[in-house]
Parts: sequence; structure tokens; C-alpha cells
Amino acid sequence: MAQTITQKILSKAANRKFVDVGESVWLNVDILLTHDVCGPPTFDIFKQEFGADAKVWDPKKVVVLPDHYIFTANEHAHRNIDLLRQFAKEQGLEHYYDVGSDRYKGVCHVALAEEGFNLPGTVLFGTDSHTCTSGAFGMFGTGIGNTDAAFILGTGKLWEKVPESILFTFDGKMPAYLTAKDLILQILGDITTDGATYRAMEFDGEAIFSLPMEERMTLTNMAIEAGGMNGIIAADTIAESYVKARSQKPYEIFHSDPDARYHSKYRYNVSELEPVVAQPHSPDNRATVRSVQGTKITKSYIGSCTGGKLTDFVMAAKILKGQKVSVTTNIVPATVKVARDLETEFYDGQSLKQIFEDAGCSIALPSCAACLGGPSDTVGRSVDNDVVVSTTNRNFPGRMGSKHAGVYLASPLTAAASAITGKLTDPRDFL
Amino acid sequence: METIIQGKAYVLGKNIDTDQIIPAEHLVYSLSDPEEVVLYGKYALSGVPPEQGGLPEGNILFIDEGSCHSNYTIIIAGPNFGCGSSREHAPFALKVAGVKAIVAESYARIFYRNCVDGGFAIPYETAEQLNQVIKTGDELKIDVESNTIENLTSKITYKLNPLGDVFKIVEAGGIFAYARQENLMPQA
Repeated sequence: MAQTITQKILSKAANRKFVDVGESVWLNVDILLTHDVCGPPTFDIFKQEFGADAKVWDPKKVVVLPDHYIFTANEHAHRNIDLLRQFAKEQGLEHYYDVGSDRYKGVCHVALAEEGFNLPGTVLFGTDSHTCTSGAFGMFGTGIGNTDAAFILGTGKLWEKVPESILFTFDGKMPAYLTAKDLILQILGDITTDGATYRAMEFDGEAIFSLPMEERMTLTNMAIEAGGMNGIIAADTIAESYVKARSQKPYEIFHSDPDARYHSKYRYNVSELEPVVAQPHSPDNRATVRSVQGTKITKSYIGSCTGGKLTDFVMAAKILKGQKVSVTTNIVPATVKVARDLETEFYDGQSLKQIFEDAGCSIALPSCAACLGGPSDTVGRSVDNDVVVSTTNRNFPGRMGSKHAGVYLASPLTAAASAITGKLTDPRDFL
Repeated sequence: METIIQGKAYVLGKNIDTDQIIPAEHLVYSLSDPEEVVLYGKYALSGVPPEQGGLPEGNILFIDEGSCHSNYTIIIAGPNFGCGSSREHAPFALKVAGVKAIVAESYARIFYRNCVDGGFAIPYETAEQLNQVIKTGDELKIDVESNTIENLTSKITYKLNPLGDVFKIVEAGGIFAYARQENLMPQA
């Protein structure tokens, strides 16, 4: 029986040759990811259900990356870090990346890739909806809640309903003004925020396989914004060389069968697409930047698992080089590694860091920061009637802080161009 | 499990995401310390823009000022309820506030799983646009066995989609109770 790449990975994890769409199967989990917001309650449930002295099923398969509320004076947030530290110690979790130590990484989805945890053909569950990001590596990654995560901690297994898949094919060569963010916002406008609920979103085509891993991660990252269970791109030589540089672990590459059954198929030619934004207050409220050009903004925000990777900052730097921003512009590298790369990566003779500083941007420490608002002292948090152009992933009411603020989701090119003019601006005006 | 769920309706629109159900700034409280747990009730649905809370009228508080418990037991909503983040704090907050069931046109996957596996509130789906015909404050009665919801205020009964595969987990009270029942994990 023909299967999609997602079915094949789930078959393997269920010790089966074939799993059918719609059936619920028990999966063996390769990695469980958690962070400071959902880790402590997950550990509580684990102890309550498996006993105060219970040990996790496999300490090498649990990855704990604090990233949400790190640089804040909030004492409850500090307590959550203490709880992670304590649990990691008593369980002997070697993959705990403590805050305030030189092991601290930053935003979990980007750090997972950097640290070599993303391996083609494997199954990752994480207590964060953007766990689907890892699907860029030809693996299954999806978000779960604390109870499900606690169940995995004790058993190494979880049930999942095998999803139908939707195939998105992007033909053509990516123009310089177009980014993965524009592609996923295009899709969201077409299928809406529940268009892929309980389904896999599979991406392929010449344009996709020309993208670096970081850009592919932007696509799979926002599968959840369409309700997708997972986003997935089959691993190719670009993915393999990224993985091999970071891990010696074995992996298995799967491809969808040519006659695999899909819920639906969408096909785009990237030469016909243009820069877009998602207008307030929903990620599917798409408009071309040209059609809303001139809308006044009060802030520009470049950061998060979606838009705070090195490639995002390279794109922003191309626009900001030699320019001055006219609104508050926050540069929030996703991880410590990305922050370091800003100093060593050069564009046109200047480091990215220098370009951003000269342009008047403020560079923050790596964490999730204001992508999800966070405690009141969070860098970049929206206030009052802020109008923010942001490279993040969600713009529901109040997402970045203030309930009265409006957030335009955009590519790093659009966020940078708009930062200069103080108005929504098509990046082609600066390229 | 209770076979009849009765109480007042609180009506919401579509795409109610988890940041509206429990804003991210409140996710720092403990989910096990009773003194902090009540705060989840206090801030449940506090991210919903006021005019969109308590439809069709709007501007109806879900939780009265100073309270940690809601007068409303059943949430009625449009499609894609619980979209957004994976935070289990969302169904947890609704449960702490006193919500026993949600009736929506559809759910985001993680929220749905969390409701079922955590045993927080029963997530019913319905083919009807109940948030267009039920008003906040209407007295409702859900019959778990017949999969129906009756509006005692308007005397109209609507069908609910059967829970299907997940009914046995809901019935057991969550994934742990279910797994023990099926010998998938050691007894407590």
C-alpha cells in the first residue's frame, strides 16, 4: 500500500509496515522536548502518576531547553527554572541546558536543530505547538500538552491519529524579494487557520529544495498556524549535510510514494508570488504588502523560532545596511549561537551586529521574548495601541502583550524595510 | 463520569486561541499549589477582547471581578476553538473556572487532545452553528448518553457529534486512567 512520508515514519515508530490514515496508533518516541513553561507541570504529573521516585523512560531522550521566560525579574518564572534544574539533576538528564550557564541555548526549536537532535525518520514530541518546526528534517514532530508529555516520560510511548496529508508544491526559482515566510503566509491565506487541522502539511518542489534548512524550518514551523499536526519536507543532500555536521547518530530517509493518497494538493509558481503580510488579528488574514503599503507602524520585531534564525538576520541586514530605522526595532536572536553569528557573519564588509547597531536597532538576548508577550518586563512586549510588524508566527489578539495592539506578520525583509520608513513597506523598494 | 451536564452557556466566536483562553503572562503559576491554581480560574478567558466575550451581546464577564469561579458551565463556540499554543494551562484554566463541557464547531488538535487526555472538560463537536442560536446565560443540558444538548431556555434540542474513539478516554477520566484500565501501564 502506498504511503506518504508521514505515514512511513509513523509506521516505523509503531513497528508496522503500514499505517492507515485515520487510525490511532501507539508510537515509540525518539525525543521528548520540553521547556520552562510546560516542563514543571509535566514533571508534576509524571510524579503524581508514576510515583515520587519514578525515573523517566530514557534520560538520553529527554531534551529540556528553557527559553520562554528567561530575562525577566518575575519570581514565578525563576521558580520554574529552578524546578527544571532540580528535575534534570535528580533524573540525570544530560540534555538540560541551564539558564545562566554556558550551556544555555535559547529558543528550543532552533536549538534542537543546532545541537543535532533533528534526525530524518525519527519521531519528536514536544510541549510546544511549534515542535512541528523539526519536520524540515524529514522527521515527524508535533506539539502536545503536559499530560501527554508526562505519559511519554513514564512510558516512552504516545497514541496519535495517523493524519491525512496535504501536498504543497512550489515550482520555480525563488526571487530575491521572496522568503519562506511569504510562502507560508500565502498558504495560510488560501487554506485558513484550520485548513490543515489534524493533517500533515507536506512541502516539495524545486523552490523548496533550493532553500537552506533555516528557511525550510520557517515553513514547517507555521504548519500549526493552519492547524497542521506536522509540517514535513523530505530530507535531501542539504538536510543530510546539515545533520551530519552536528550528529553521528543513524537516521533513515523516507519519501512519499508516487501514488500516495493526499487529502488535497496545492501548486504554486514562486515567480508569481509576492511579499505578503498577515494582518491583525489572524495568521490567515493575508494581504500583499503593496496593498497595505503605507500603514503606519510603531514597532518592528525580528526574532523567534520563526524569524530569529541567522538567515532571517542576513536578509534583514541586506535591507538595513547603511539605513536608519524610524521606529523601535528589536533584534532578538533565537539562540546564543545565532547571537554569536551576528558578530562573525558579514554582509558587504560589515558584521550583521554592526549593521543593526548603526541602523539604530536594539539587540536583545536570545529567548522567546515578546513573540508571546511574556511577563510585563519582557523586551519588545507590545503596549497600548502598538502596531507591530513582526517576523513571529501568531497575531491573535494580545499575543505580543497588549490586547489593543495590532500585529502584522511579515518576512524579515518586509519587517526591515518597514522599520526604515515607519510604514508597511514592500522590500522591493530597497532591493 | 457525569451523564448529564447542566448549566449556563457562555458564548464565544471563532478561532478562540489559547492566548485568549489564558494569556501567556499568567503561565508562570503552579498547576499543583492550590493557592496558585485558583489564579488560573481568575484569569480564564481574560484575553478575549471584551466586546467578543459573552455573545451575542458582548461585554459580559466570564469571571466576575474578584472571583476565581465562573457562573457559566458550558462554553459554546464557533470553529477552531483552542488554536495556537500547546499550553495545557488553557483547558486547565477553564476547568478551574468551573467549565465542564465545550461545544464548538471544531477544535485545534492539541487543545482537543489536552481536554481528552487530561480529563479537563468534554470537547463536543457539532455540525450546527450553535453560537448563532444560543445566547450567553441560556440554561443548557447535555445528555452524554444520547449526544444531545437541550437549550432549556428556548426549549430546542440539538445534536452533538458522538465522541467516537476518544469516548473511552473521556469516560475513564483521562489518558492515565484509560491506560491503567487497558493494562498499558502499571496500576497506581
